[in-house]
Amino acid sequence: MKARVYVTLKKSVFDPQGKTIHDALRSLGYDGVADVRQGKFFEVTLEGMAPDKAKSTIEDIAHKVLANPVIESYRVEVDQ
Amino acid sequence: MRIGVVTFPGSNSDHDAYHVAKHVCGQDARFVWHKDSDLSGLDAVILPGGFAYGDYLRTGAIARFSPVMKAVTAFAAKGGPVLGICNGFQVLQEAGLLPGAMLRNKNVKFLSQPVHIRVERTDTPVTAGLSVGDVLTMPVAHGEGNFYLPEDEASRLEDEGRVVFRYTTRDGRTDDAANVNGSVNAIAGVCNVERNVVGLMPHPERAAEAELGSADGRRLFEALIRSLVPA
Repeated sequence: MKARVYVTLKKSVFDPQGKTIHDALRSLGYDGVADVRQGKFFEVTLEGMAPDKAKSTIEDIAHKVLANPVIESYRVEVDQ
Repeated sequence: MRIGVVTFPGSNSDHDAYHVAKHVCGQDARFVWHKDSDLSGLDAVILPGGFAYGDYLRTGAIARFSPVMKAVTAFAAKGGPVLGICNGFQVLQEAGLLPGAMLRNKNVKFLSQPVHIRVERTDTPVTAGLSVGDVLTMPVAHGEGNFYLPEDEASRLEDEGRVVFRYTTRDGRTDDAANVNGSVNAIAGVCNVERNVVGLMPHPERAAEAELGSADGRRLFEALIRSLVPA
């Protein structure tokens, strides 16, 4: 079973990397780009778990390890 | 006094910290491997700079799960002095022993340069005996040292007097250029509520002998040692 975790900086947190990418895109002529936010993507393969257990496990992993709640938020998807 | 220096895989300032404790300050010192959880006989613990676990995931994020961190947490809970330098500070944040998190530096560059930091508090083990307003010169070497807390939490930290060091000019004034990494309120170092756990991004262990350009860092080690001597 595959799970995906998307970790992004909270909206209130300034993202220096996203800003740099945004500036680069503008200098390349992509005028319509209003903002860029950089984040992290994790693909996690789970074995031998019922879907409910898989969901709670990946939530736990995202909360405790993959994201730092001081600066980041996360979103989890689990394949059914 | 016996000072323990934790070595994580990827630590690179552990020998510097050990050298300053042992050879510059003449104290007993020993390394503690990150898989050990025995801190017996130690009077203080230093988490050194470096790139523990390659900074994979986030700085300090994997290192905080090392067996030694349970022991460090217990040591701190009993009031034992703990000093986190640079990556060691980041590990303490991830472990929840110190507040905040580090963002990428505001200019997105790895910064390796001398900075000036002003002492804001003298009621911690590494600043006891110094004076509020003292300006110390020592290097920073980090890519993620941009201290962040939401505004309300940052003001609470200030109200509680837990900002220990701030980036300033040589003469002790805060300005945007002196705040090299863009930290909230130019915060360079903080402590926990109980004041026995201190973290700072600059490297006192790399500025503890005049030959290295500054011996100011030695003052933090000497303060730590003084604080360990029974009155």
